[in-house]
Amino acid sequence: MSEGNGSTDFCMPALGADMEKGTLLEWYVKPGDPVHRGQVIADVDTEKSAIEVEVWTDGIVDEICVPEGAEVPVGTVLARLRPAVPSAVAPAAPAAPAKVPPQAAPRVQPKVQPPARPRVQPPTRPAVPGAMSAAPRVRSSPLVRRRAAQAGIDLAAIPGTGPGGAVVSADLERALAGTHPQSAHQQAHQPAPEPVPEPAAERTPRPRARRSPTADGMRESIARLMTRSKREIPHYYLSTTIDVGPALAWLRERNAGLEVTERLLPVALLLKATALAASEYPDMNGHYVDGRHHPAPTVRLGVPVALRSGGLVTPIVDAAEQLSVFDLNRRLRDVATRARQGALRASDLAEPTLSVTNLGDQGVEAVFGVIYPPQVALVGFGAVSERPWAHDGLLGVRPLVTATLAADHRVSDGHRGGLFLTAVAERLAHPEEL
Amino acid sequence: MTAPATAVRCTYREAIRAALREALLADERVFLLGEDVGPYGGGHGVSLGLYEEFGPERIRDAPLSENGFTGAGIGAALGGMRPIVEIMTVNFSLLALDQIVNNAATLLHMTGGQLSVPLVIRMTTGGGRQLAAQHSHSLEGWYAHIPGIRVLAPATVADARGMLAAALADPDPVVIFEHGGLYNVEGELPADAGAVDIERAAIRRAGTDVTVIAYGGTVPTALAAADVLAAEGVEAEVVDLRTLRPLDDATLLGSVIRTHHAVVVDEGWSSVGLAAEVSARIAEQAFYDLDAPVARVSTLDVPIPYPRHLEQAALPSVDRIVAAARATVGSS
Repeated sequence: MSEGNGSTDFCMPALGADMEKGTLLEWYVKPGDPVHRGQVIADVDTEKSAIEVEVWTDGIVDEICVPEGAEVPVGTVLARLRPAVPSAVAPAAPAAPAKVPPQAAPRVQPKVQPPARPRVQPPTRPAVPGAMSAAPRVRSSPLVRRRAAQAGIDLAAIPGTGPGGAVVSADLERALAGTHPQSAHQQAHQPAPEPVPEPAAERTPRPRARRSPTADGMRESIARLMTRSKREIPHYYLSTTIDVGPALAWLRERNAGLEVTERLLPVALLLKATALAASEYPDMNGHYVDGRHHPAPTVRLGVPVALRSGGLVTPIVDAAEQLSVFDLNRRLRDVATRARQGALRASDLAEPTLSVTNLGDQGVEAVFGVIYPPQVALVGFGAVSERPWAHDGLLGVRPLVTATLAADHRVSDGHRGGLFLTAVAERLAHPEEL
Repeated sequence: MTAPATAVRCTYREAIRAALREALLADERVFLLGEDVGPYGGGHGVSLGLYEEFGPERIRDAPLSENGFTGAGIGAALGGMRPIVEIMTVNFSLLALDQIVNNAATLLHMTGGQLSVPLVIRMTTGGGRQLAAQHSHSLEGWYAHIPGIRVLAPATVADARGMLAAALADPDPVVIFEHGGLYNVEGELPADAGAVDIERAAIRRAGTDVTVIAYGGTVPTALAAADVLAAEGVEAEVVDLRTLRPLDDATLLGSVIRTHHAVVVDEGWSSVGLAAEVSARIAEQAFYDLDAPVARVSTLDVPIPYPRHLEQAALPSVDRIVAAARATVGSS
């Protein structure tokens, strides 16, 4: 979000490392509505799923810049917010002028509510989301830019009729002459541009409310990200088998007195143990950007959730090393449920610092994962299953899980990876400390 | 100057033959060398009758060895002759690239100006006649890439008649591309037609809205497209490059600066081609006068197909030029 003149831009967020554009599905607010920090104000469709997007500042919706149904690149201004004038202050001001500090420079306060818009938008400018509002700069030809600069004209005020909505010299001439976009010359051989093109109308069935993402779009998105990972990241893989007997025994004991919905899942212990180990080994936790590793201050776990329609989404568990296993368990249930319903929010998809994939439900023994760029490691857990296991010189049947690590060799070496994976195993051996 | 004699109608082929005949009569150092140029009259019938008139010493049949006879032409030029080498198609000229690029184009420079190579090479170029991929390509751009040679592309009967004499007068190697689709095109020619300028591009049709830049076989296509555009109220100016190396920047940029829109037509492939070079010059030197991106209409990036409908689809057409011009002026 960028701020200027007291207004705040609400932009298309990047809901994942691979997201380049999104479709504005639905606005939950309209101009004039007050919004507060954390409020869900729009529904955005990525290639992966429909996401509710929150706003992170308090204010009043000044202008909706992108209509429902429009697909725009990440970073495009979706709406502008103006600061909310506290309702108690404005009316009180005339009544209590003495409260104004004497040093304060005399400020011109707009007397009428709402305050004037910070930027006056020329009413003639058509909203062409794909072209003009997508880019902060106006598309215009070099000739037009040169002439406009000479004439001292702001191109933003001129509707463009050229290729891709660009302002071309004919548009500039019309603006200089103060005529509308239908001169005799234009009518002769040019279909008149629609006064306000409705981009949604051009699209095939407008996406209504929540819908499952297109399988193709998600596939493409996964393909792009995984290809990038295998191309850029030199993976190394480690594996260890962990006896989770003590952890499961502790779990059974704790769950005995709990409601079904509150019961701890084994995966919560696995995640907590991983998060604690990751906070100890920062070279497993963070992002590799611009040729170096940036360790993350906390562990934000990404937990891939497979969708029935195919593909997957990766909601996060933030600051997982600091959550109690019970809080972590609740958070996990919540995001997994909402991921499957297609009701994730933008904040659920903030960039994870370490991903943990759990294919145990499918019965596989081990998963050697592909790291999600720009992360530097991925931890995998297979199924917890009873297998023969030697312990203290005796062969017994124990519940075992195979934990694997795929890590980025640019950031860490096998030695560090081994220490990390061993730390996960040691944490699980002491479940009461999790 | 005498008063012009009555104009005559003749074909592009006849105009070249007249130019050859004039050159052979005017200068005894001039001779024609190439495959089947003698009694057979040339692969495209250009030299028909010259063998009978000038004899085997001056109309010399060459073996099917392009590099060999082109090299012989270079040797003769170095020895004081004024040879005209005919290569049947530009595709076959690739066999002579070594002599043309490594010898003809370089000797003046490598001898510090002591040896010039006054050689003229004529060759047929272009598609549209169902001769398939090995006889139909347009590789003018390859030659226009080479410093040390001048490259000409006559598009009109007058240029077919006049460029040869100008090329022979040039002390350095000149390559002339005759478009195979133009040989039967007829045009008016003054009876006393002679050498023409080979420095400048020509404006074949004046217009105000968009500049269509073409050369050789695409000039008539561009003019036909301009007629279609005129009926829609778009006035296209058609520039005939004529000389592909060195390019006449002043004429083509002057036109673009007037119309602010450019469509470059090239029968070569678009990737890394002549149209790309022309587009780059416009972008470099006329950027602030452009009102739309430069458009290119080139041959599709495929070997020229044999079937007629596919061949026509691959080559620049009136429809494609019209569509590109419409899009660039915003009247599509």
